[in-house]
Amino acid sequence: MEVSLWIEWVIKSLFIILLLTGGFAYTTLYERRVLARMQVRIGPNRAGPFGLLQPVADGIKLIFKEELIPEKADKLIFILAPVITVIPALIITAVVPWGESVWVFGREIKLYLADLDVGVLYLMAVTSISVYGITLAGWSSNNKYATLGGLRATAQMISYELAMGFAMLGPVLMAGSMRMIDIVNAQRSMWFILPQAIAFLIYLATSLAEINRAPFDMPEAEQELTAGYHTEYSGMKFALFFMAEYIKMIAISMIGSSLFLGGYHWPLPAHWLGGFAGPINLFGKTVIWMFFIIWVRATLPRIRYDKLMQLGWKVLFPLALLNVAVTAAVIVLVGG
Amino acid sequence: MTPVMVVFGLLGVVVILTALGMLLSRNAIYSALFLVLNFATVAVLYIILGAPFISLVQITVYAGSIMVMFLFVIMLLGAERLPGSDRLRRQRWIAAILGLVFVAQVILFIFFRGQLTAPVGTPPATLGSPQAVGTTLFTTYALPFEVTGAILVVATVGAILLTRGAALPYSPIRKEEK
Repeated sequence: MEVSLWIEWVIKSLFIILLLTGGFAYTTLYERRVLARMQVRIGPNRAGPFGLLQPVADGIKLIFKEELIPEKADKLIFILAPVITVIPALIITAVVPWGESVWVFGREIKLYLADLDVGVLYLMAVTSISVYGITLAGWSSNNKYATLGGLRATAQMISYELAMGFAMLGPVLMAGSMRMIDIVNAQRSMWFILPQAIAFLIYLATSLAEINRAPFDMPEAEQELTAGYHTEYSGMKFALFFMAEYIKMIAISMIGSSLFLGGYHWPLPAHWLGGFAGPINLFGKTVIWMFFIIWVRATLPRIRYDKLMQLGWKVLFPLALLNVAVTAAVIVLVGG
Repeated sequence: MTPVMVVFGLLGVVVILTALGMLLSRNAIYSALFLVLNFATVAVLYIILGAPFISLVQITVYAGSIMVMFLFVIMLLGAERLPGSDRLRRQRWIAAILGLVFVAQVILFIFFRGQLTAPVGTPPATLGSPQAVGTTLFTTYALPFEVTGAILVVATVGAILLTRGAALPYSPIRKEEK
Protein backbone atom coordinates (compact mmCIF):
# COMPACT_ATOMS: atom_id res chain seq x y z
CA MET A 1 0.00 0.00 0.00
CA GLU A 2 1.65 3.21 -1.14
CA VAL A 3 1.84 6.19 1.17
CA SER A 4 0.39 8.66 -1.34
CA LEU A 5 -2.81 6.62 -1.47
CA TRP A 6 -3.18 6.89 2.30
CA ILE A 7 -2.66 10.65 2.09
CA GLU A 8 -5.29 10.82 -0.66
CA TRP A 9 -7.81 8.97 1.51
CA VAL A 10 -7.14 11.17 4.50
CA ILE A 11 -7.55 14.33 2.40
CA LYS A 12 -10.79 13.00 0.87
CA SER A 13 -12.18 12.09 4.29
CA LEU A 14 -11.32 15.50 5.71
CA PHE A 15 -12.85 17.12 2.65
CA ILE A 16 -16.13 15.23 3.09
CA ILE A 17 -16.30 16.05 6.80
CA LEU A 18 -15.52 19.74 6.27
CA LEU A 19 -17.97 19.93 3.38
CA LEU A 20 -20.72 18.35 5.48
CA THR A 21 -20.10 20.58 8.50
CA GLY A 22 -19.88 23.67 6.32
CA GLY A 23 -22.93 22.43 4.42
CA PHE A 24 -24.73 22.07 7.74
CA ALA A 25 -24.14 25.73 8.57
CA TYR A 26 -25.51 26.92 5.25
CA THR A 27 -28.37 24.41 5.24
CA THR A 28 -29.69 26.11 8.37
CA LEU A 29 -29.60 29.46 6.56
CA TYR A 30 -31.13 27.88 3.43
CA GLU A 31 -33.96 26.43 5.48
CA ARG A 32 -34.64 29.65 7.35
CA ARG A 33 -34.64 31.75 4.20
CA VAL A 34 -36.86 29.35 2.24
CA LEU A 35 -39.27 28.89 5.16
CA ALA A 36 -39.45 32.65 5.59
CA ARG A 37 -40.29 33.17 1.93
CA MET A 38 -42.99 30.50 2.08
CA GLN A 39 -44.49 32.20 5.14
CA VAL A 40 -44.33 35.65 3.50
CA ARG A 41 -41.47 36.83 5.73
CA ILE A 42 -37.96 37.93 4.83
CA GLY A 43 -35.87 35.71 7.09
CA PRO A 44 -32.40 36.41 8.50
CA ASN A 45 -30.81 39.13 6.37
CA ARG A 46 -28.88 41.32 8.84
CA ALA A 47 -25.56 39.50 9.32
CA GLY A 48 -23.55 40.04 6.15
CA PRO A 49 -24.92 40.32 2.60
CA PHE A 50 -28.18 38.31 2.24
CA GLY A 51 -27.62 37.08 5.81
CA LEU A 52 -24.70 34.96 4.68
CA LEU A 53 -22.83 35.45 7.96
CA GLN A 54 -25.85 34.33 10.03
CA PRO A 55 -24.53 30.74 10.54
CA VAL A 56 -21.23 32.19 11.80
CA ALA A 57 -23.08 34.40 14.24
CA ASP A 58 -25.18 31.43 15.41
CA GLY A 59 -22.06 29.33 15.86
CA ILE A 60 -20.32 32.01 17.97
CA LYS A 61 -23.45 32.40 20.07
CA LEU A 62 -23.66 28.64 20.72
CA ILE A 63 -19.96 28.39 21.63
CA PHE A 64 -20.33 31.06 24.32
CA LYS A 65 -23.49 29.56 25.79
CA GLU A 66 -23.31 27.92 29.18
CA GLU A 67 -23.24 24.11 29.13
CA LEU A 68 -25.76 22.70 31.58
CA ILE A 69 -25.74 19.12 32.80
CA PRO A 70 -28.73 18.08 34.96
CA GLU A 71 -27.64 16.98 38.42
CA LYS A 72 -29.33 13.57 38.28
CA ALA A 73 -28.29 12.88 34.70
CA ASP A 74 -26.06 9.97 33.75
CA LYS A 75 -23.09 12.24 33.01
CA LEU A 76 -20.96 9.93 30.87
CA ILE A 77 -23.79 8.99 28.50
CA PHE A 78 -25.18 12.53 28.60
CA ILE A 79 -21.86 13.84 27.24
CA LEU A 80 -21.33 10.95 24.82
CA ALA A 81 -24.82 11.00 23.29
CA PRO A 82 -24.34 14.08 21.03
CA VAL A 83 -21.07 12.61 19.76
CA ILE A 84 -22.71 9.24 19.07
CA THR A 85 -25.43 11.10 17.15
CA VAL A 86 -23.05 13.07 14.94
CA ILE A 87 -20.66 10.29 13.93
CA PRO A 88 -23.12 8.18 11.84
CA ALA A 89 -24.28 11.37 10.11
CA LEU A 90 -20.70 12.24 9.17
CA ILE A 91 -19.68 8.79 7.92
CA ILE A 92 -22.79 7.71 5.99
CA THR A 93 -21.94 9.56 2.77
CA ALA A 94 -18.55 7.82 2.50
CA VAL A 95 -19.91 5.38 -0.12
CA VAL A 96 -21.73 7.95 -2.27
CA PRO A 97 -19.75 8.61 -5.47
CA TRP A 98 -19.51 12.21 -6.67
CA GLY A 99 -18.20 11.73 -10.16
CA GLU A 100 -15.80 9.73 -12.28
CA SER A 101 -12.31 11.11 -11.81
CA VAL A 102 -10.41 14.38 -12.00
CA TRP A 103 -6.75 15.22 -12.60
CA VAL A 104 -5.20 17.26 -9.81
CA PHE A 105 -1.45 18.04 -9.85
CA GLY A 106 -0.86 15.36 -12.49
CA ARG A 107 -2.53 12.69 -10.41
CA GLU A 108 -5.81 10.96 -11.24
CA ILE A 109 -8.17 11.29 -8.30
CA LYS A 110 -11.23 9.04 -8.23
CA LEU A 111 -14.24 11.02 -7.05
CA TYR A 112 -15.37 8.66 -4.32
CA LEU A 113 -14.03 7.77 -0.92
CA ALA A 114 -14.96 4.10 -0.59
CA ASP A 115 -15.97 1.69 -3.35
CA LEU A 116 -17.58 -1.01 -1.24
CA ASP A 117 -19.20 -3.97 -2.97
CA VAL A 118 -21.78 -3.83 -0.17
CA GLY A 119 -22.35 -0.06 -0.38
CA VAL A 120 -26.12 -0.10 0.13
CA LEU A 121 -25.76 -2.46 3.07
CA TYR A 122 -23.27 0.02 4.54
CA LEU A 123 -25.93 2.71 4.28
CA MET A 124 -28.39 0.44 6.10
CA ALA A 125 -25.84 -0.40 8.80
CA VAL A 126 -25.01 3.23 9.50
CA THR A 127 -28.71 4.19 9.49
CA SER A 128 -29.49 1.47 11.98
CA ILE A 129 -26.85 2.60 14.48
CA SER A 130 -27.80 6.26 14.22
CA VAL A 131 -30.73 5.61 16.59
CA TYR A 132 -28.47 5.17 19.61
CA GLY A 133 -27.44 8.79 20.11
CA ILE A 134 -31.01 10.03 20.27
CA THR A 135 -32.24 7.17 22.46
CA LEU A 136 -29.37 7.58 24.90
CA ALA A 137 -29.71 11.36 24.98
CA GLY A 138 -33.34 10.95 25.98
CA TRP A 139 -32.61 8.38 28.64
CA SER A 140 -29.53 9.97 30.19
CA SER A 141 -31.19 13.38 30.64
CA ASN A 142 -33.37 11.93 33.42
CA ASN A 143 -36.26 14.06 32.26
CA LYS A 144 -39.65 12.62 31.38
CA TYR A 145 -40.08 14.65 28.21
CA ALA A 146 -36.60 13.75 27.03
CA THR A 147 -37.15 10.05 27.78
CA LEU A 148 -40.49 10.05 25.97
CA GLY A 149 -38.87 11.78 23.01
CA GLY A 150 -36.06 9.23 22.97
CA LEU A 151 -38.52 6.32 23.12
CA ARG A 152 -40.61 7.79 20.32
CA ALA A 153 -37.51 8.29 18.21
CA THR A 154 -36.46 4.68 18.74
CA ALA A 155 -39.86 3.26 17.87
CA GLN A 156 -40.21 5.50 14.84
CA MET A 157 -36.75 4.90 13.45
CA ILE A 158 -36.81 1.11 13.77
CA SER A 159 -40.28 1.02 12.21
CA TYR A 160 -39.30 3.07 9.19
CA GLU A 161 -35.85 1.54 8.78
CA LEU A 162 -37.30 -1.69 7.37
CA ALA A 163 -39.41 0.01 4.74
CA MET A 164 -36.47 2.23 3.79
CA GLY A 165 -34.20 -0.79 3.40
CA PHE A 166 -36.72 -2.42 1.08
CA ALA A 167 -37.10 0.82 -0.87
CA MET A 168 -33.33 0.90 -1.37
CA LEU A 169 -33.46 -2.69 -2.60
CA GLY A 170 -35.41 -1.56 -5.70
CA PRO A 171 -32.41 0.21 -7.31
CA VAL A 172 -30.14 -2.61 -6.08
CA LEU A 173 -32.25 -5.17 -7.95
CA MET A 174 -32.40 -2.98 -11.05
CA ALA A 175 -28.65 -2.47 -11.14
CA GLY A 176 -27.86 -6.03 -10.05
CA SER A 177 -25.27 -4.73 -7.60
CA MET A 178 -25.03 -3.25 -4.13
CA ARG A 179 -22.10 -1.07 -5.22
CA MET A 180 -23.14 2.58 -5.36
CA ILE A 181 -21.04 3.29 -8.47
CA ASP A 182 -22.75 0.45 -10.35
CA ILE A 183 -26.16 1.77 -9.31
CA VAL A 184 -25.33 5.28 -10.53
CA ASN A 185 -23.87 3.98 -13.80
CA ALA A 186 -26.91 1.77 -14.41
CA GLN A 187 -29.01 4.96 -14.58
CA ARG A 188 -27.21 6.41 -17.61
CA SER A 189 -30.12 5.65 -19.95
CA MET A 190 -33.00 5.90 -17.49
CA TRP A 191 -33.26 7.18 -13.94
CA PHE A 192 -34.61 4.61 -11.47
CA ILE A 193 -37.30 7.09 -10.40
CA LEU A 194 -39.30 5.93 -13.46
CA PRO A 195 -39.33 2.12 -13.12
CA GLN A 196 -39.02 2.34 -9.33
CA ALA A 197 -41.53 5.14 -8.70
CA ILE A 198 -43.07 3.31 -5.73
CA ALA A 199 -39.68 2.67 -4.16
CA PHE A 200 -38.84 6.33 -4.70
CA LEU A 201 -41.97 7.55 -2.92
CA ILE A 202 -41.41 5.11 -0.07
CA TYR A 203 -37.79 6.27 0.23
CA LEU A 204 -38.96 9.87 0.26
CA ALA A 205 -41.41 9.26 3.11
CA THR A 206 -39.30 6.89 5.19
CA SER A 207 -36.15 8.98 4.90
CA LEU A 208 -38.04 11.97 6.33
CA ALA A 209 -39.11 9.74 9.21
CA GLU A 210 -35.58 8.44 9.71
CA ILE A 211 -34.15 11.92 10.18
CA ASN A 212 -37.16 13.07 12.25
CA ARG A 213 -38.13 15.85 9.89
CA ALA A 214 -41.61 17.28 9.49
CA PRO A 215 -44.23 15.84 9.06
CA PHE A 216 -42.68 12.98 11.04
CA ASP A 217 -40.90 15.07 13.70
CA MET A 218 -42.72 13.35 16.58
CA PRO A 219 -39.59 12.88 18.74
CA GLU A 220 -39.32 16.65 19.16
CA ALA A 221 -42.98 17.66 19.00
CA GLU A 222 -42.87 20.98 20.86
CA GLN A 223 -46.48 21.06 22.02
CA GLU A 224 -46.28 17.67 23.71
CA LEU A 225 -42.63 17.10 24.61
CA THR A 226 -41.11 20.60 24.93
CA ALA A 227 -38.11 19.73 22.76
CA GLY A 228 -38.07 15.93 23.01
CA TYR A 229 -34.79 14.16 23.47
CA HIS A 230 -32.66 17.33 23.50
CA THR A 231 -34.74 19.21 26.08
CA GLU A 232 -31.88 19.24 28.60
CA TYR A 233 -29.10 20.04 26.15
CA SER A 234 -27.57 23.47 25.71
CA GLY A 235 -24.60 25.16 24.10
CA MET A 236 -22.39 23.12 21.82
CA LYS A 237 -23.97 19.81 22.84
CA PHE A 238 -27.28 21.06 21.52
CA ALA A 239 -25.44 22.33 18.44
CA LEU A 240 -24.18 18.80 17.81
CA PHE A 241 -27.75 17.42 17.70
CA PHE A 242 -28.73 20.26 15.43
CA MET A 243 -25.72 19.51 13.25
CA ALA A 244 -26.54 15.80 13.08
CA GLU A 245 -30.08 16.55 11.97
CA TYR A 246 -29.03 18.86 9.15
CA ILE A 247 -26.12 16.68 8.02
CA LYS A 248 -28.54 13.74 7.85
CA MET A 249 -30.75 15.92 5.68
CA ILE A 250 -27.84 16.49 3.30
CA ALA A 251 -26.95 12.79 3.44
CA ILE A 252 -30.40 11.46 2.56
CA SER A 253 -30.62 13.98 -0.28
CA MET A 254 -27.27 12.81 -1.67
CA ILE A 255 -28.15 9.13 -1.24
CA GLY A 256 -31.62 9.57 -2.73
CA SER A 257 -30.20 11.48 -5.71
CA SER A 258 -27.69 8.69 -6.31
CA LEU A 259 -30.21 5.88 -5.96
CA PHE A 260 -33.12 7.35 -7.91
CA LEU A 261 -32.12 10.53 -9.75
CA GLY A 262 -29.10 9.33 -11.70
CA GLY A 263 -26.46 10.54 -9.23
CA TYR A 264 -23.65 12.46 -10.88
CA HIS A 265 -24.82 11.84 -14.48
CA TRP A 266 -27.06 14.38 -16.22
CA PRO A 267 -27.72 17.23 -16.93
CA LEU A 268 -24.01 17.88 -17.58
CA PRO A 269 -22.05 14.90 -18.97
CA ALA A 270 -19.98 13.65 -16.02
CA HIS A 271 -16.63 13.98 -17.83
CA TRP A 272 -17.07 17.68 -18.67
CA LEU A 273 -15.04 20.45 -17.00
CA GLY A 274 -12.23 17.97 -16.46
CA GLY A 275 -14.54 15.69 -14.49
CA PHE A 276 -15.86 18.38 -12.16
CA ALA A 277 -19.28 18.31 -13.85
CA GLY A 278 -20.15 15.17 -11.84
CA PRO A 279 -19.97 16.83 -8.42
CA ILE A 280 -21.84 19.86 -9.80
CA ASN A 281 -24.70 17.60 -10.99
CA LEU A 282 -24.89 15.85 -7.64
CA PHE A 283 -24.74 19.17 -5.78
CA GLY A 284 -27.61 20.56 -7.85
CA LYS A 285 -29.78 17.50 -7.25
CA THR A 286 -28.99 17.57 -3.53
CA VAL A 287 -29.99 21.25 -3.24
CA ILE A 288 -33.28 20.57 -5.07
CA TRP A 289 -34.01 17.55 -2.87
CA MET A 290 -33.35 19.63 0.26
CA PHE A 291 -35.64 22.35 -1.07
CA PHE A 292 -38.34 19.70 -1.30
CA ILE A 293 -37.73 18.64 2.32
CA ILE A 294 -38.04 22.25 3.50
CA TRP A 295 -41.12 22.72 1.34
CA VAL A 296 -42.75 19.68 2.99
CA ARG A 297 -41.96 21.16 6.41
CA ALA A 298 -43.57 24.44 5.48
CA THR A 299 -46.66 22.74 4.04
CA LEU A 300 -47.67 19.65 6.00
CA PRO A 301 -48.78 19.52 9.63
CA ARG A 302 -47.25 16.93 11.93
CA ILE A 303 -49.15 13.64 11.81
CA ARG A 304 -50.42 11.92 14.94
CA TYR A 305 -48.16 9.32 16.52
CA ASP A 306 -50.44 6.27 16.13
CA LYS A 307 -51.15 7.30 12.53
CA LEU A 308 -47.41 7.47 11.97
CA MET A 309 -46.89 3.92 13.25
CA GLN A 310 -49.84 2.65 11.21
CA LEU A 311 -48.52 4.31 8.09
CA GLY A 312 -45.12 2.76 8.64
CA TRP A 313 -46.18 -0.79 9.42
CA LYS A 314 -49.47 -1.20 7.56
CA VAL A 315 -48.91 0.84 4.41
CA LEU A 316 -45.28 1.59 3.61
CA PHE A 317 -43.77 -1.71 4.77
CA PRO A 318 -46.12 -4.08 2.85
CA LEU A 319 -45.94 -1.80 -0.17
CA ALA A 320 -42.14 -1.85 -0.14
CA LEU A 321 -42.15 -5.63 0.26
CA LEU A 322 -44.55 -5.99 -2.66
CA ASN A 323 -42.42 -3.66 -4.75
CA VAL A 324 -39.32 -5.78 -4.13
CA ALA A 325 -41.18 -9.00 -4.98
CA VAL A 326 -42.66 -7.56 -8.19
CA THR A 327 -39.35 -6.02 -9.26
CA ALA A 328 -37.51 -9.29 -8.66
CA ALA A 329 -40.12 -11.27 -10.60
CA VAL A 330 -40.09 -8.84 -13.53
CA ILE A 331 -36.29 -8.84 -13.67
CA VAL A 332 -36.22 -12.64 -13.72
CA LEU A 333 -38.93 -12.80 -16.41
CA VAL A 334 -37.33 -10.14 -18.61
CA GLY A 335 -33.93 -11.71 -18.00
CA GLY A 336 -32.03 -8.69 -16.73
CA MET B 1 3.76 -10.92 13.15
CA THR B 2 2.16 -8.68 10.58
CA PRO B 3 0.45 -5.40 11.60
CA VAL B 4 -2.89 -6.94 10.72
CA MET B 5 -2.32 -9.74 13.22
CA VAL B 6 -1.47 -7.18 15.92
CA VAL B 7 -4.70 -5.27 15.20
CA PHE B 8 -6.62 -8.55 15.20
CA GLY B 9 -5.19 -9.46 18.60
CA LEU B 10 -5.95 -6.04 20.07
CA LEU B 11 -9.52 -6.21 18.79
CA GLY B 12 -9.80 -9.69 20.33
CA VAL B 13 -8.85 -8.18 23.68
CA VAL B 14 -11.50 -5.48 23.18
CA VAL B 15 -14.10 -8.19 22.44
CA ILE B 16 -13.26 -10.02 25.66
CA LEU B 17 -13.21 -6.83 27.74
CA THR B 18 -16.56 -5.63 26.41
CA ALA B 19 -18.08 -9.06 27.03
CA LEU B 20 -16.82 -8.91 30.62
CA GLY B 21 -18.14 -5.37 30.97
CA MET B 22 -21.54 -6.55 29.75
CA LEU B 23 -21.61 -9.31 32.38
CA LEU B 24 -20.26 -7.30 35.31
CA SER B 25 -22.00 -3.95 34.85
CA ARG B 26 -24.74 -3.35 37.42
CA ASN B 27 -26.58 -0.96 35.11
CA ALA B 28 -28.60 -2.66 32.39
CA ILE B 29 -28.15 0.25 29.95
CA TYR B 30 -24.37 0.06 30.28
CA SER B 31 -24.55 -3.73 29.84
CA ALA B 32 -26.50 -3.26 26.61
CA LEU B 33 -24.00 -0.66 25.39
CA PHE B 34 -21.08 -2.96 26.15
CA LEU B 35 -22.81 -5.62 24.09
CA VAL B 36 -23.26 -3.16 21.20
CA LEU B 37 -19.53 -2.39 21.35
CA ASN B 38 -18.85 -6.12 21.42
CA PHE B 39 -20.95 -6.72 18.28
CA ALA B 40 -19.31 -3.78 16.51
CA THR B 41 -15.82 -5.05 17.32
CA VAL B 42 -16.69 -8.54 16.10
CA ALA B 43 -17.93 -6.88 12.89
CA VAL B 44 -14.50 -5.28 12.45
CA LEU B 45 -12.93 -8.71 12.96
CA TYR B 46 -15.13 -10.01 10.12
CA ILE B 47 -13.84 -7.23 7.86
CA ILE B 48 -10.24 -8.20 8.65
CA LEU B 49 -11.15 -11.80 7.82
CA GLY B 50 -12.37 -10.65 4.38
CA ALA B 51 -16.13 -10.88 4.90
CA PRO B 52 -17.53 -7.33 4.56
CA PHE B 53 -21.04 -8.63 3.81
CA ILE B 54 -21.29 -10.63 7.04
CA SER B 55 -19.72 -7.74 8.91
CA LEU B 56 -22.28 -5.18 7.78
CA VAL B 57 -25.16 -7.62 8.31
CA GLN B 58 -23.83 -8.13 11.84
CA ILE B 59 -23.96 -4.36 12.44
CA THR B 60 -27.38 -3.89 10.80
CA VAL B 61 -29.09 -6.80 12.51
CA TYR B 62 -27.39 -7.24 15.86
CA ALA B 63 -25.90 -3.85 16.75
CA GLY B 64 -28.55 -1.88 14.91
CA SER B 65 -31.87 -3.65 15.36
CA ILE B 66 -31.76 -6.22 18.13
CA MET B 67 -29.79 -4.12 20.59
CA VAL B 68 -31.95 -1.07 19.91
CA MET B 69 -34.93 -3.22 20.87
CA PHE B 70 -33.09 -4.28 24.05
CA LEU B 71 -32.40 -0.65 24.97
CA PHE B 72 -35.99 0.25 24.14
CA VAL B 73 -37.36 -2.44 26.43
CA ILE B 74 -34.95 -1.59 29.26
CA MET B 75 -35.88 2.08 29.05
CA LEU B 76 -39.59 1.38 28.74
CA LEU B 77 -39.64 -0.88 31.81
CA GLY B 78 -37.35 1.43 33.77
CA ALA B 79 -35.27 -1.64 34.64
CA GLU B 80 -31.86 0.01 34.45
CA ARG B 81 -30.79 -0.71 38.03
CA LEU B 82 -30.28 -4.28 39.09
CA PRO B 83 -31.08 -5.11 42.72
CA GLY B 84 -28.02 -4.63 44.94
CA SER B 85 -27.84 -8.11 46.47
CA ASP B 86 -27.36 -11.29 44.53
CA ARG B 87 -30.37 -13.54 44.99
CA LEU B 88 -28.63 -16.66 43.71
CA ARG B 89 -25.70 -16.41 46.14
CA ARG B 90 -26.16 -20.03 47.31
CA GLN B 91 -25.65 -21.36 43.81
CA ARG B 92 -22.32 -19.63 43.28
CA TRP B 93 -20.16 -22.61 44.24
CA ILE B 94 -22.08 -24.81 41.79
CA ALA B 95 -21.40 -22.26 39.05
CA ALA B 96 -17.70 -22.24 39.92
CA ILE B 97 -17.44 -26.04 39.77
CA LEU B 98 -19.39 -26.27 36.51
CA GLY B 99 -17.25 -23.52 35.02
CA LEU B 100 -14.07 -25.39 35.94
CA VAL B 101 -15.49 -28.59 34.40
CA PHE B 102 -16.26 -26.69 31.21
CA VAL B 103 -12.76 -25.19 30.99
CA ALA B 104 -11.25 -28.64 31.60
CA GLN B 105 -13.44 -30.07 28.84
CA VAL B 106 -12.34 -27.40 26.37
CA ILE B 107 -8.67 -27.91 27.22
CA LEU B 108 -8.98 -31.70 26.88
CA PHE B 109 -10.82 -31.32 23.57
CA ILE B 110 -8.12 -29.06 22.12
CA PHE B 111 -5.44 -31.38 23.52
CA PHE B 112 -6.83 -34.54 21.93
CA ARG B 113 -8.14 -32.96 18.73
CA GLY B 114 -4.96 -31.16 17.76
CA GLN B 115 -6.27 -30.15 14.33
CA LEU B 116 -8.61 -27.64 15.98
CA THR B 117 -5.71 -25.22 16.26
CA ALA B 118 -4.29 -26.07 12.84
CA PRO B 119 -4.20 -23.04 10.50
CA VAL B 120 -6.96 -22.85 7.92
CA GLY B 121 -5.99 -22.16 4.32
CA THR B 122 -6.62 -18.64 3.02
CA PRO B 123 -10.05 -18.54 1.36
CA PRO B 124 -10.38 -16.89 -2.09
CA ALA B 125 -10.96 -13.14 -1.93
CA THR B 126 -14.42 -13.42 -3.54
CA LEU B 127 -15.74 -15.79 -0.87
CA GLY B 128 -17.24 -12.97 1.18
CA SER B 129 -18.78 -11.00 -1.70
CA PRO B 130 -22.57 -10.57 -1.65
CA GLN B 131 -22.95 -12.61 -4.86
CA ALA B 132 -20.97 -15.53 -3.41
CA VAL B 133 -22.85 -15.46 -0.10
CA GLY B 134 -26.20 -15.23 -1.89
CA THR B 135 -25.42 -18.06 -4.28
CA THR B 136 -24.25 -20.34 -1.48
CA LEU B 137 -27.28 -19.48 0.61
CA PHE B 138 -29.77 -20.26 -2.15
CA THR B 139 -28.09 -23.38 -3.59
CA THR B 140 -25.99 -25.36 -1.10
CA TYR B 141 -27.88 -24.21 1.99
CA ALA B 142 -31.30 -23.64 0.42
CA LEU B 143 -33.13 -26.04 2.77
CA PRO B 144 -31.67 -24.73 6.06
CA PHE B 145 -32.27 -21.20 4.79
CA GLU B 146 -35.93 -21.85 4.03
CA VAL B 147 -36.44 -23.75 7.29
CA THR B 148 -34.93 -20.83 9.23
CA GLY B 149 -37.25 -18.45 7.41
CA ALA B 150 -40.28 -20.61 8.21
CA ILE B 151 -39.30 -20.84 11.88
CA LEU B 152 -38.90 -17.05 12.08
CA VAL B 153 -42.31 -16.51 10.49
CA VAL B 154 -43.90 -18.94 12.95
CA ALA B 155 -42.17 -17.15 15.82
CA THR B 156 -43.42 -13.77 14.59
CA VAL B 157 -46.98 -14.98 14.21
CA GLY B 158 -46.78 -16.61 17.64
CA ALA B 159 -45.51 -13.40 19.22
CA ILE B 160 -48.33 -11.38 17.67
CA LEU B 161 -50.90 -13.94 18.86
CA LEU B 162 -49.45 -13.90 22.39
CA THR B 163 -49.65 -10.12 22.62
CA ARG B 164 -53.29 -10.18 21.53
CA GLY B 165 -53.91 -12.90 24.12
CA ALA B 166 -57.28 -14.29 25.13
CA ALA B 167 -58.99 -10.95 24.62
CA LEU B 168 -59.40 -11.69 20.93
CA PRO B 169 -62.61 -13.79 20.91
CA TYR B 170 -64.34 -11.47 23.42
CA SER B 171 -63.21 -8.14 22.05
CA PRO B 172 -65.98 -5.59 21.33
CA ILE B 173 -64.96 -5.43 17.68
CA ARG B 174 -65.78 -9.11 17.26
CA LYS B 175 -69.16 -8.71 18.90
CA GLU B 176 -70.11 -5.91 16.58
CA GLU B 177 -69.18 -8.03 13.62
CA LYS B 178 -71.46 -10.82 14.77
